[in-house]
This record gives sequence, structure tokens and C-alpha cells, in this order.
Amino acid sequence: MSNPLQDQPPMITLCGITKAFPFVLANDHVDLDIFKTEIHALLGENGAGKSTLMKILFGFYRADSGEIQLNGKPILIQSPRDARAARIGMVFQDLNLIPAFSVAENIALFLPNLKAVLDPREINQRINEISKQYGLEVDPHALVSQLSIGEQQKVEILKLLLSDARLLILDEPTRVLAPHEVKALFDILDNLRKDGYAILLITHKLKEVLECADRITVLRAGRVAGSLLRADATQEKLVALMFEKELSNLQISAKPTSEVSSVPVLELRGVETHAEGAGTSLSGIDLQILPGEIVGVAGVSGNGQKELCDVILGIETCVKGVKFLYGRDLTNHSVQTMRRNGVSFIPENPLMMASVPFMTVLENMALTQTWRYARHAGFSMDWTSVKADIQETAERLEFPVNFYTIAKSLSGGNLQRTVILRELTHNPRLVVASYLTRGLDVQSAIAARQALIRARESGAGVLLISEDLDELFTLSDRLLVLYGGRIAGEFKPSETDIYEVGHLMTGSKAEHVTNG
Amino acid sequence: MSQTVRSLPRVSFSNPLVNNLIRYLLMTLLALLLFGVILLLSGKDPIQSYRDIFSSTLGSAYGFSEVLVAMIPMLITALAVALPARVGLINVGGEGQLYIGAAFATWGALIFKEQPSWILLPLMTLLGMLGGALWAFIPGYLKSIGLVNETITTLLMNSIAPKIVGFLIFGFWHSPMDTVKTDNFVAAARLPTFFGTRVHLGMGFALVLLLLFWFFMKYTRWGLEMRAIGGNSQAARRNGVPLKGYLIIVMCIGGAIAGLAGMTMVSGFYGVLLLNFSIGLGFMGFLICWLAGGDPLGIFLMSFVVAVITTGGNLLQLTRDLPYAVVNILLALTLFVVLARPSFSKGK
Repeated sequence: MSNPLQDQPPMITLCGITKAFPFVLANDHVDLDIFKTEIHALLGENGAGKSTLMKILFGFYRADSGEIQLNGKPILIQSPRDARAARIGMVFQDLNLIPAFSVAENIALFLPNLKAVLDPREINQRINEISKQYGLEVDPHALVSQLSIGEQQKVEILKLLLSDARLLILDEPTRVLAPHEVKALFDILDNLRKDGYAILLITHKLKEVLECADRITVLRAGRVAGSLLRADATQEKLVALMFEKELSNLQISAKPTSEVSSVPVLELRGVETHAEGAGTSLSGIDLQILPGEIVGVAGVSGNGQKELCDVILGIETCVKGVKFLYGRDLTNHSVQTMRRNGVSFIPENPLMMASVPFMTVLENMALTQTWRYARHAGFSMDWTSVKADIQETAERLEFPVNFYTIAKSLSGGNLQRTVILRELTHNPRLVVASYLTRGLDVQSAIAARQALIRARESGAGVLLISEDLDELFTLSDRLLVLYGGRIAGEFKPSETDIYEVGHLMTGSKAEHVTNG
Repeated sequence: MSQTVRSLPRVSFSNPLVNNLIRYLLMTLLALLLFGVILLLSGKDPIQSYRDIFSSTLGSAYGFSEVLVAMIPMLITALAVALPARVGLINVGGEGQLYIGAAFATWGALIFKEQPSWILLPLMTLLGMLGGALWAFIPGYLKSIGLVNETITTLLMNSIAPKIVGFLIFGFWHSPMDTVKTDNFVAAARLPTFFGTRVHLGMGFALVLLLLFWFFMKYTRWGLEMRAIGGNSQAARRNGVPLKGYLIIVMCIGGAIAGLAGMTMVSGFYGVLLLNFSIGLGFMGFLICWLAGGDPLGIFLMSFVVAVITTGGNLLQLTRDLPYAVVNILLALTLFVVLARPSFSKGK
């Protein structure tokens, strides 16, 4: 690859950007150049300051000190509006489209100088032109709610292109994509780069960075730890830049041989749910989890993962079929009953679904087990025991924990670690983990996975829902694919590959594969 | 990263008590200032008016006792709002629950009037609470099955309750002398008063309830679970907190508290059930609770302030020849100032 960087001035320069939050220096004199015609990856673990930096560049935060230059001239970005005027566009992790609007309406809504009276034909034409040029084909008339996540992402990118952005910031764009969709996305980005766009890719997936970036800047603890050209970068070098210390490797013990006759931890037979609103109905779900087994569930999110978790946890009503926990019929029993019987749940969104934002970490830790810690018939709580129990697990998992922080003030990754800590504390018999490592940095992700393996070693059954196929293939003893609320396939990880699973995930392969 | 997290000091806000005190004080001052402008505009001397208010309330033992009397229903009805608010329920139905509670208590007082007071008063208390609880059960249940929003139901039911009380008074309970009220309660059905003033045992109920509320929320398992529901009901549910049960029970307890306020009014204050005896006591409680942000100490302070305003305002119309509506203006001003919510404590 040629190095275009010396030939021209950078398009955007960040100079000595510093931003402090209470207790944390999020960005410490960060310098960053972004050139035209490059894909620049910003790599770093959680809390390294990637998102803060991008939020400063996009005008959500203001830097305490430092300067942003556009084509060599300093500019002031105080709001996303300013950022857009400077032709910076951003695709957020959680896409920002209005489901009830059509693609064209969503895009029109975003255009900078929208006419008072819309001319749909003109907008459609512009959409078609650009989408053809870059392989971003979507039907402008389609409702966004009917599009897959991959297509929605295309719409987001189209939105930026049509509004004349020249720098595209993509925040963890591959998080929700199946492997072949990732490939398609990278092709699109490649085309855009050739046409002079600058692309800033925020990620913590090393493999992807090495696959598509021209230049890689690694942030660590708010500082730039190093900047490499792809030609010079290797996985080892990047890891060394991201972490000061060596990463411990995941230790996967051989699967404990469970007797064939052992009662499954969880058994679902012909489970069906009735979805309300935008949910997905499950139908005909047959699922067995044996003690000491990790069952992985692959699938693009929104294909029934949430409903599957909720059925197991007892939130969603089972309209058909039965649910057994250790051979006991607990179909449609309450969440309390499931929890008391040793079911743990690590949800996909720790802030929304697992914790109470304005409570301290300690109080949050007791919430799933209030009956266990209640003393004097409930008139007092035994906080010392809560602390002792959690502390013990924290040491076992090597997760830091600070009991008196308000949950809301923790970063996403830290909060996720707290939830994992809580859910693995009382020797659960069944762990339902939904997107366990979403938002975790590489190091914490390894620790979280290790924790699951430990739970398995101690005889718990684990249901691991993930969109990270590498994770699923490494951890699972068995692998299911969920598509449209049904189990579209079941494999041993050794008997399939990422592409087969990827196609099943997106429903692009019609045949129904069953295997054991 | 892990090091930074570990070395974080305990998050400690500067003393919240002092902050709250300052906040309430400044809010009150601002409201008084605005009201002074209105007095000036209507040609009255604001300083003299405030002096009147002061001397008629805090300036004398009698005045002070009247402030306390006015505080009793405010404290209790504010709690009837504050408790459900902790699980995210908005109970606008204090007024209706108060009426039904008063009616139930009156039934006890009229039927069992031969009983000694140590039987009659506890019975009336329980009846009052039962009445309020039953009235609140309806919205609580409808909410828990996801049918109707409790704000709407409690609000609408407020206009039904006084009609029921009217029906009972006109139909069955009216005294031979007068159709708009019942017979006077026997002495055994009256809550004891203190020091020859009109301050009755309801004050004791209110203070005990305030303390209980504070203790429950802070220390007990149920308080923890309720705060969890209020803080994030989705997470609480997934964590195994029985959501529906709490919604119904807490709504009923809220109603029971409002019902108790009704009981103290008929038993402690009037000694008789009057038609339309409460003009907005329940709403006043709602106002106070929101002014205080549901905090027990705040409820106490705000009740005190509002009680001073209303009792003092009563006097203003006599001495300064001002219409009673000015009291409402002053209250409204207080509300505006609070809603603007100057957060003196939350500087960034």
C-alpha cells in the first residue's frame, strides 16, 4: 500500500485534546491526523477515551484544551450542527433511524437544506445515484422497520453521504453484522476511500482493524499509545500498544464429561411466545442445556434472542410448550422463582435491564438476592454479607469493584463487569448470558469468558447468546442458530464454519440444517 | 483502568441536609419576594402584610399551634403521594382516598359509639385506612394488569368520592338538626388534643409515619426493592423483584395513608363528617410532596411553609382586606419557583 500521507495536508487535525471528567482524565493531549482517502482505525480498550474523543470531534463535548483543525485552519465545534457544517458525519452504535419512516424520509429528514415542500422524486433520485455508486443499494420506499440491521447501517451511511459529509465516523459498525455483511461493509468503505472520503473507524476488534484500516491509532488510558501503518502492524504489536501487560490467554478446560443420563439444567419443549409490537415471536423452540455445558446461540440480534432470554427468566409468557428446570416443570413461573432456583441472567444492556442507575453498586448487588440478605424479617439488610460475597467473587474473577459508586456513573464496560460479578456470585445453576462481552475491552472480555468457563466447570449450564462468532466457536460445546424466532440450525462447533452459520443467521440459506 | 477505578474515592456529596435546607429557604424567599410585588401592585404594604402573617402564625403560641393543626393533613396526604412515588406511581387520588377513609371512620364512630375510646379510636383508624386502601386498590390493580394509567384513574376517582360521602350523609347519616353533616361524634370517638389547643393526635400519627417512611426506604429489604422499581422497573423485574405485587400493595398503602388523613380530620379536627369537608387537602399533599421531591424532611419543611402561608393568609383577608385568592397566588408562586428547580446543590 502506498503511503499517501505525506503528499497532502491532513483533512482534520486534533491537537492536544484534553478532557477531564471527575476522577478520570478521559483524553490527555491526544493528537490525531485524519487524511483524505484513508480508513483510520481508532483502537483501544474500554475507557481508553475513544468515544470521548469522537464526541468532542462531533461536538457533544467540549475539550478542556486543545484544538481541532479543518484543512489546517482551526475551527470551533460546539455542537453536532457545527460538526456537520464542517462535513463530519457520524454513524452511532445504536442506529438513529425512525422505524416508521421510509428510507427516503429518514434521509430527507437529515439533509441540511431541506426544502419546505419535499420533492420525493428528487430525493429518491439522489439516493439511487449514490447508492449505486457505492454498492449501498436499498429501496428508498421501504420502511426502515422492515430493514435488517445491515441495511439500516447502509441507510445511515447514505444519510451522511447525501448530506455531504467528507469524514465518516463509524462507531463499532461491525457489532451487529454477520460475517459476510462485515465483508460487504468493508468493501463499501474501501470504495468510499478511493473517492476521497476519510473514514474513522472506532473498534476494539483487532482482526477487523488489520483487515481494512490504512492507519491505526491506539489509545490507552486517554493517551495515544501509538500510531501505525497497516503494513507495520501485527496483532501482537497492537495488543502490546493497547495493554501494558501481556494478555492472559483464555484457558478452556476440556468439557467435563457429563453422564448421558444426567437431568438437563434447562429443557424447553416446543416453546412458543406471542410477540407484542416490534418483538419477535418464538416458535417451536426445543432446547436442552446439560450441566457443565455451554450452549451458544448465534443470530443477528432481533431474531428472538431477547424473547428467548425472557422466556427462560419467566418474564415472557409461554403460550405453548413447557419449560423444565432440573426436571421440574416451571413453565410460566415468576422471575423470583426462577432466580431462587439458581437462574442467573446477564442481559444485553446492563444499564437498562440489570441495574438501577441511581443506586450504589452495593445496593445493585443485593437486588437479585434480597431474600438472602434480609435480616430481622426484612427490617434490615445485611450489607456486610453482600460485600463479603461479592468481594470473594471479585477476587476469583479478578474484576475490580467499587461498592459506593453510583451505578449510573460507571462506564458501560465497568457496569457490565459489575453485573457479571453479581450474576456469577451465588453459584448459579443456569447462566443465561446475552451479549456477554458487548462493550467489554479485550482484557475484560477474556476475564468474562473465563468466568463463564469456571461456571461451567462447577457444573452450571450456560446459554450464551452472542453475535461474536469467534466467541461462540471458542466457548460453545454446542451451537444453535436463531433466525426469525426459530432455531435454524444446531451444530457442534467443530462440525461447521463461520460462513455456514453466518448464512443461516441471515436466512440466506434456505435448507434446514440439523445436526445432533 | 482497573487501578483508576480502585483508587476512586467514595463518592461523597457535600452535606445534602444543609443543601436542601438552603434550597428550600431560598425558594421560599424568592416566592415571598414575588408575592410582595403583587401586594405592592394591589396597593398594600407588603412589609406590614408579612408582619401580620408572621405575628398571626409564628409570633404567638396560639398562632403556632394553628400552623401545626394545618400541617397535620398536609403531612399525611403528602406521604400518601410520596410512598407510591417511590415505585414510580403517581397518586393524584389523595383527595378521594381521604374522603372514603373519613367515611369509613365515621361509620365506625356512629355505629360503635358506646365503645370506650381505646377500642373506638383504633377501630376508626383501621377503618379509615381500610377505606382509603380499598379506594386506591382499584387504580393500583388496573395499573398492575397494564390496563389504565394510575394518574388518570386516581384523578378521576377524586370526583366520585365526595359524591359517595354526600350520598351517605344525605341518605343515612345526617343529623336531625342539619342535613349537610352527621351527628357530632361522641367524645370517645375524638382524637385527644394537646395543651388546650386544636393540635390533635393526628400530629403524632404524621410524625411516626414520616419516621417509618424514612426508615423503611433506607434500611429495609422492601425499601430497597421499592427504590429499585422506582429507579428502573425493567431491571427490577429481571432481577426478580415482584413488580405487580408491589404496584398494588404500595398503591393500597398510599391510599390507606390518605384514608388515615381523612380519619384524623373527622375525628381530630371536626368531630363530625361534613359534606365537602376537604377542599383540596389531598391536592395540597400532592403539591407538598412534589415540592419536597418526596423526601421526608422536605415534606416536613414544605408542609410547615405551606401551613404558615395558608393560616397567615386567612388572617390577611381580615386585617388587610385582601381576598382569600391571594393565598392561592402566593402558593402558586411557590410552586413556580420550585418547578423552576434551582439546583443549588448540583453544581457541576
